[in-house]
Amino acid sequence: MTTSITGIGHSVKRKEDARFLRGKGTYVDDVKLPGMLFMDIVRSPYAHARILNIDASGALALPGVLAVITGKDLDAAGLAWMPTLMGDKQMVLPVDRVVFQAQEVAAVIATDRYIAADAVALVDVEYEPLTPVVDPQKALEPDAPLVRPDRENKTNHIWHWEAGDRARTDELFDQAEVVVKQDLYIPRIHVSSIETCGCVASFDRISGKLTIYMTTQAPHPIRTVFSLVSGIPEHKIRVISPDIGGGFGGKVPVYPGYVIATVASIQTGHPIKWIEDRSENLQADSFARDYHISAELAAKRDGTMLALRATTIADHGAFDAAANPSKFPAGLFSVITGSYQLQAAHVAVDGVYTNKPSGGVAYRCSFRVTEAVHTVERLVDTLADELEIDPAELRFKNFIQPDQFPYKSATGWEYDSGNYPAALQKAMDKIGYADLLREQAEKRARGELMGIGISTFTEIVGAGPSHTFDILGIKMFDSCEIRVHPTGSAIVRIGVQTQGQGHETTFAQIVAEELGLPVENITVEHGDTDTAPYGLGTYASRSTPTAGAATAVAALKIREKAKKIAAHILEVDADDLEWTNYQFQVKGVPSRAVTMKDVAFAAYTNHPQGMEAGLEAVDYYDPPNLTFPFGAYICVVDIDRGTGEVKIRRFVAVDDCGNIINPMIVDGQIHGGLTMGMAPSLLEAITYDEDGNIQQGSFMDYLLPTAMETPVWETDKTCTPSPHHPLGAKGVGESATVGAPPAIANAVVDALSHLGVTHIDIPITPWKVYQILEEHGVAEA
Amino acid sequence: MTHHVSFRINGQAYEADVEPRLLLVHFIREVAGLTGTHIGCDTTSCGACTVLVNGLPAKSCTLLAVQVNGAEISTVEGLEQNNQLHPIQEGFFEEHGLQCGYCTPGMMMTAVALLKENPDPTETEIRQAISGNLCRCTGYVNIVKSIQYAAKKMRDAEHEPVPVSAGAEGGQA
Repeated sequence: MTTSITGIGHSVKRKEDARFLRGKGTYVDDVKLPGMLFMDIVRSPYAHARILNIDASGALALPGVLAVITGKDLDAAGLAWMPTLMGDKQMVLPVDRVVFQAQEVAAVIATDRYIAADAVALVDVEYEPLTPVVDPQKALEPDAPLVRPDRENKTNHIWHWEAGDRARTDELFDQAEVVVKQDLYIPRIHVSSIETCGCVASFDRISGKLTIYMTTQAPHPIRTVFSLVSGIPEHKIRVISPDIGGGFGGKVPVYPGYVIATVASIQTGHPIKWIEDRSENLQADSFARDYHISAELAAKRDGTMLALRATTIADHGAFDAAANPSKFPAGLFSVITGSYQLQAAHVAVDGVYTNKPSGGVAYRCSFRVTEAVHTVERLVDTLADELEIDPAELRFKNFIQPDQFPYKSATGWEYDSGNYPAALQKAMDKIGYADLLREQAEKRARGELMGIGISTFTEIVGAGPSHTFDILGIKMFDSCEIRVHPTGSAIVRIGVQTQGQGHETTFAQIVAEELGLPVENITVEHGDTDTAPYGLGTYASRSTPTAGAATAVAALKIREKAKKIAAHILEVDADDLEWTNYQFQVKGVPSRAVTMKDVAFAAYTNHPQGMEAGLEAVDYYDPPNLTFPFGAYICVVDIDRGTGEVKIRRFVAVDDCGNIINPMIVDGQIHGGLTMGMAPSLLEAITYDEDGNIQQGSFMDYLLPTAMETPVWETDKTCTPSPHHPLGAKGVGESATVGAPPAIANAVVDALSHLGVTHIDIPITPWKVYQILEEHGVAEA
Repeated sequence: MTHHVSFRINGQAYEADVEPRLLLVHFIREVAGLTGTHIGCDTTSCGACTVLVNGLPAKSCTLLAVQVNGAEISTVEGLEQNNQLHPIQEGFFEEHGLQCGYCTPGMMMTAVALLKENPDPTETEIRQAISGNLCRCTGYVNIVKSIQYAAKKMRDAEHEPVPVSAGAEGGQA
């Protein structure tokens, strides 16, 4: 009986794989509709310029070209600008100026994608180049070029945001025996999911219904925003998020291409397909990070940490189009106190406009947590170095202890549960920490460079609760609807959306566990706003904490009703029944039992008089708090003195995400997260020259990790359930991306610390390391 | 001006008059309608479009259809035979070698070519072979295991591929 259910805790193979393995997934570029036309986009070569004229005649003369859409066309319809998720506005197409390189300038509609591309080259745009501002510090100077003259406030400063207790923090710093200070730059990076963004917009002139197949992680809020902006009634808009080839946060924002394709479909009456090239995706879609941080940690000489403070300049590019909850322009950066007991902390962040594409979307990270974790974990190592205390020992000394949960952090978060010493001890035992220290001492004596880096991070995921978290006013709950069919199979529809996380399997496991139905008899659907219940979508590791909880609660609602039906079948009082071994059983009489399958049939054929027929439930779950997954990572690196190359020899990741629904899938999430943590640590960064030209505009220059750079990740777990989540689960998708970078950076700094090196900004490229080696006279020719 | 091209894709004959600039990947996806082969970049970097041309892996976004006129082309859709998954498909299923599934077809085609050439590759040889195929989801750990699974399965003359039964818990039992 129990073996066929394969509910929570089983490594169930994925249901969605059947189509992907056969090449039968439906990604947006696979959608083909009758009469479909293709859109391609003319983009700006300049980071800052006035548009003097757009001459589309050459393009329009090309056979197969149906239209060229400019900002002026959109302006006439009131659609030249659109709101961003952060309450700013963003150009869909410019009317008179461009504010970043590769910005959309015009769109061509043609019968074929090759003709559309030809036509792009025939649109003649006359620009008057303006001086761009690329450096956010310079953007704040009084005579800096103004990025956004459209705003009332004639400055590049967007907002100032603070958290924590400044006075108390400063007081502790004044009294502290030791203060360590570190400036960090967390560079601009790009998620670069292997599938780029795109859509097929199809407006039916007869029914007035707009259907958009869109690479989106959040179809429901997008439907609402499209309705509010366009005036099309919401029931006449259907957003379908089909199979998505990776999201990682990059598919949360609304990009201009979606809007232009929609306008073009309404204008032409044809479905319009728009698919980005990689170079367009990499040059123009929203970026992550780009935080210039100055941070300090105050402590006693014995290593007791007291307080932390940080000031930050956040480069948001030309539009504040980040995807943070409304009240959190700097996301959850205030989780910067990490896993440590601090008496006070204060963070201040200033958002700044520059002539770059929008910044501030996630890169597999829950709203700026990566920046916070990198800061505190680097500071702890800097303090350890200053005090000559082992970094592991310093962490043990300052950890929030298991009996202190729920723990109120110095910046006001209530950590739900944790056992940090257990996770770190497990990681140290697994990797053989003491032996590594000995090995390092021996190697150092021989002139070899080996480093050991620790990161003991705390994540903060699963937004809501709705009293604090909303996006454009839409509360951050999430949802599930379950319908059990008469023969004991079920359909489950969820408000979140998968981009590879395996929801079709894991959500079926939750229902299987709670209802005692086999996983293979449960279908999970998502991503279609016409059928799925309203939800905020999948990002920030929120699916399990929110929709996972909604699924458990909806299933329990069904079980409540099922119990009454079971009592009716067994002709006993419902109070005499217990749910055991996935069936309703008369207490103490195992032979008198009915299964959920029996109950389901009765719900449609023999339900008690006076009870509604059917067996279904909906739940909109508003989490009482966020969940706080954590982990302890230890990285061992060897540095090549001849090339400066950093080789990750071993990486042990002990994660704690509470109760696990599918261990196989969780491990897969951690492997991927670690790789996306390594990527910006060693390889990836987006930079611009002084004219605002992007320097990494294709995969030739923006280096994603291949199988050769990626080490064999060694994973392990501890399990500290969330006390407030119905399943005791926490999120996990982003933990590793958040936790890995400081472990790697700390390992490299550790390898070089005897030379006096105390910090290296990521990405730690061979060239950067080689320069350091040369500077200290230890480079090999 | 168009050129007449004809080739076999997964054993089936296709012919068409195409522009000389038509990319092979667009022929496969749009003319032949086989959308399992994906496009992930425009610089031959990501390998999502990998297919076999006369048995050798090739990035179909960097070949013109006219260049491979007359060739035998294999795509992901041709892996399954007689309702039996190819061992590489089985390996990716059993070892959780895919998440979003976008890089998977190209990754599998590269692996098929590797295993034909080298039936018992070392882990390093596997990693080298797939280093032209980018995956953003899996961190490659389980992709390597998937290919090792397939290699073992294919070496075993007795093997009987098990069809995918989604939702079943295999491997662990």
